[in-house]
Amino acid sequence: MVDYLMPSLGADMKDGRVVEWHVHPGHTVHRGDVVGVVDTEKGAIEIEIWEDGVVREILVEPGRKVLVGEPLFRYQREAEAPVEPVARAEAPPVVPPAPAERREPAPPTPPPLAAAVPAPAESVRASPAARQRARELGIDLTAVQGSGPEGAVVVEDVLRHAEGVGKRVPGKLPPTTAAEGMRAAIAAAMSRSKREIPHYYLGTTVSLQKATDWLAALNRARTPDTRVLPVALTLKAVALAAREFPEMNGHWIDGAFRHSERVHAGLAISLRTGGLIAPAIHDADQKTLDALTTSVTDLVQRARSGRLRSSEITDATLTVSSLGDRGVDRLYGVIYPPQVALVGVGRPAHRPWVVEGALVVHPVIEITLSGDHRASDGHRGALFLERIGDLLQRPEEL
Amino acid sequence: MSASTEVAVRTKLLEMLRRIAPEIDPATLDPRESLRAQADLDSVSIMELVVAIHRELGIDVPETDYRELDTLDGAVRYLAARLPWG
Repeated sequence: MVDYLMPSLGADMKDGRVVEWHVHPGHTVHRGDVVGVVDTEKGAIEIEIWEDGVVREILVEPGRKVLVGEPLFRYQREAEAPVEPVARAEAPPVVPPAPAERREPAPPTPPPLAAAVPAPAESVRASPAARQRARELGIDLTAVQGSGPEGAVVVEDVLRHAEGVGKRVPGKLPPTTAAEGMRAAIAAAMSRSKREIPHYYLGTTVSLQKATDWLAALNRARTPDTRVLPVALTLKAVALAAREFPEMNGHWIDGAFRHSERVHAGLAISLRTGGLIAPAIHDADQKTLDALTTSVTDLVQRARSGRLRSSEITDATLTVSSLGDRGVDRLYGVIYPPQVALVGVGRPAHRPWVVEGALVVHPVIEITLSGDHRASDGHRGALFLERIGDLLQRPEEL
Repeated sequence: MSASTEVAVRTKLLEMLRRIAPEIDPATLDPRESLRAQADLDSVSIMELVVAIHRELGIDVPETDYRELDTLDGAVRYLAARLPWG
């Protein structure tokens, strides 16, 4: 039997509150399954299991706050499961199989332990702010009709429901503690970054003429739901370049750089309720532009409705911060520890550009690199940025 | 096109915007100011809006016309003139 512990979803996370369970005793789980939702300073995060097995006992009921590293539930690994007929937490981890010739009746199966714990809450889509508000008002989210994306419950729904059932809603809303928690998480991570990481900064201006022409031609023939987003091109270019510059892709842990073979691009997403989060797009270098567009859209929607997965929160190997059509020409990012690089992409703008001695107007972007000087040097950083710029000149190969 | 068509398109647009950005308050939107700025819409949100317009109003807004959707008033005029049943 194995205890599943409250995961650390960020270097500075101390505890988390169990929001709901998606599993119950007797439930068979597979590697990568979402087993429940934990509320953290970064909002509600879906936590995943990394082995096949069977859940045996839920140790923490929804609503309780638990420190990182404390057991949340108990499960049996796949390999152990077939030999243990009894599902009791106090049973020895593995019961040796009965010899084949003994033909005793199988021990009676005890009543399922499910009775001991509340039935797993229906999976409710809700924004972190809505969860917070519902908790403050003592409202069961499963009873609230959602009006957000895909029926997600938003704050307004909670307030409307509260009024409907006669709950007193204070006239003046208290400061949303969810937003404060997010602020505190960003403050802790960024302070640590600036305290520990010797940043260096580089920037270059890249013409997007070829990329925009190519993308416009591609999208012209497509319906809106299948069009490729421009950010997919920059993400792919950064991910491909990161493969060639291993010192940009990985983590600085315990005084040494650990390179990652896989490229998980963290995409900085600003939340309209305040704060930002940079969940990972796994294996961004292997994905087509269509797949990247789908990933970006899915990730942005889930980040905003509070449905990110624990692996997405912790896995990124470098971050891309893209301002899109709004904002400023260039940004100098703060590296998200323990990562060692952040690529900033400014707002595209039309600027004078020289092509073969002639002055023309091109759409251009400024790409910057914030690099960790412990893991890499400016010379390599410059080559890395140059490579990203080169890749964007051959969009058809992305 | 009739005034009632514009009203219907405006109602529909606001409904879509509320789904895409539940945090925005339609009552505080200035219909002549940039929607993107007021509702903090990024490229993903704009794509969601264009997909919703295609699905629910039957209008395929080409990328070159995305700027027509910049203000609520502009978007209503643009879409009302292109309604397949308008």
